[in-house]
Amino acid sequence: MNQGIDLQGSFVNALVDLGVPAGAAKALWLPLPMVVILVGATVSIFVTVWLERKISAAAQQRIGPEFAGPLGSLQAAADGIKLIFKEDITPAKADPLLFTLGPAIVVIPVFLSYLIVPFGQNLVITDIGVGIFLWIALSSIAPIGLLMSGYSSNNKYSLLGGLRAAAQSISYEIPMALAVLAVVLMSNSLSTIDIVNQQSGYGILGWNIWRQPAGFLIFWIAALAECERLPFDLPEAEEELVAGYQTEYTGMKFGLFYVGSYVNLVLSALIVSILYLGGWEFPVSVSWLASLIGVSETTPWLQVITASVGIMMTLFKAYALVFIAVLIRWTMPRIRIDQLLDFGWKFLLPVSLVNLLLTAALKLTFPVAFGG
Amino acid sequence: MTLAEGVQLVTFGLLTAMTLGGALGVVLLDNIVYSAFLLGGVFTSMSGLYILLNAGFVAAAQVLVYVGAVSVLILFGIMLVNKEQAYVPMKRAWLGKTATGGVCVGLFALLTASTLNTPWAISSQVPTGDMATVTIGIHFFTDYLLPFELASVLLLIALIGAIVLARREFIPDVAPGEPASEALQLPERPRELVSSVSGSEADS
Repeated sequence: MNQGIDLQGSFVNALVDLGVPAGAAKALWLPLPMVVILVGATVSIFVTVWLERKISAAAQQRIGPEFAGPLGSLQAAADGIKLIFKEDITPAKADPLLFTLGPAIVVIPVFLSYLIVPFGQNLVITDIGVGIFLWIALSSIAPIGLLMSGYSSNNKYSLLGGLRAAAQSISYEIPMALAVLAVVLMSNSLSTIDIVNQQSGYGILGWNIWRQPAGFLIFWIAALAECERLPFDLPEAEEELVAGYQTEYTGMKFGLFYVGSYVNLVLSALIVSILYLGGWEFPVSVSWLASLIGVSETTPWLQVITASVGIMMTLFKAYALVFIAVLIRWTMPRIRIDQLLDFGWKFLLPVSLVNLLLTAALKLTFPVAFGG
Repeated sequence: MTLAEGVQLVTFGLLTAMTLGGALGVVLLDNIVYSAFLLGGVFTSMSGLYILLNAGFVAAAQVLVYVGAVSVLILFGIMLVNKEQAYVPMKRAWLGKTATGGVCVGLFALLTASTLNTPWAISSQVPTGDMATVTIGIHFFTDYLLPFELASVLLLIALIGAIVLARREFIPDVAPGEPASEALQLPERPRELVSSVSGSEADS
């Protein structure tokens, strides 16, 4: 199953033809996808911040950013430049080492998780066997960074915010992992590529959302809670905790939290679209369309079109989910911390367990529809 | 030496230094919070070593279980029980320290000797790499079935126990006339709003 374009092979071949040794050509290739994904992830912050500002403005009947760039699209860049030039303050009684390390530990796993996000059959940094499990493992590191920044700020609001953040991520990680497990059960693989391939072939009808409606909702709620988005933004609840673990942070250290939260939101949306919305699949099966107009699937121009459509579909699905998340943020009230923990442990966890059991039973009963 | 080998060697050196240095820091540092954070670092470096051994699944599991769960729980414990105690220097503390050091050195010597003297059967098989999940699954359901089932039943009990504890709605009321004993009072007993307001005023 090796459809699509092998960019790595073509790049290495082109360099070898130019007289570069094969090993060096491979070494030259290695950083390229990482840089592309890093740049893509950074650009996604700008898009998401713009969306957030514009949608919140629309929800509150304002205009929103207007003067920085066309339609205010450069507002995020202005914010970033402002953050860079702000004074970097470390509180006098804070622990400077942990204070600096905290934001980095929050941000690094988020960017690392982009390793496994596929935009097409071969358009992924690395298709490792543990795939989605790596993402679950990496997302469990963030609470350490939050605890670290909360503790080192030497501020009771920060400490409470950090503890809340860690409690929240731990309690919502379990339903999330169980929801992922149900998907993995159907695709017989942890690899994100295999998970998307298992949903392909029947267009929109084959997507996991029809087979896992409960899992989709559980995962989306848990993902919102992991991203600390409203209605789950307890760790930084302004009215209660000033700004939670971010209280003492200024300048680019605060900027790192900001970047981390938005990149994490886009990442979660990408993962939801991969797990439940068919990843790079077009709503109508592309191979069926190709056979309809009588073009072989291996035709070069068709492959280029398929790859571009795949990237656009992945991004479109992800940003549709980001849109929903932003809309939820500006229309829903925040829930209380006890409601949050009750909801996670008393409702989502049992429901996700039942969902997993049901999926296993359905897989045994209808192996055709649920991936035998 | 190819590029991959060089990278492996350098990474191995770095990870070993991080693991050993971090572990020493966990034991030797006075600040218990630093020790807890360093413990997380040690676990992360260990998972890096697993990746070098082509065991991606074990590495991810190590991060998930030890960094994401165990370290965070330890940190929670430390931060919630933040007991500020004046440190009273003990008399003749050097005695205990010397004894501990001696035991540690002896243990280290024993382990080194046994490591050097064991004829290690180093497998020449190619690592399974990405197929490790399948191999682990096959082992779980054939020759390691009993331990696997026991562990899973234990975890299931813990999971259901957590749900039952969290869902507990029946809170035994104190019978009228009986003196309320503090040992039987649950911390999460719901109070009427009015009494809680007056109670908190009385407290503060």
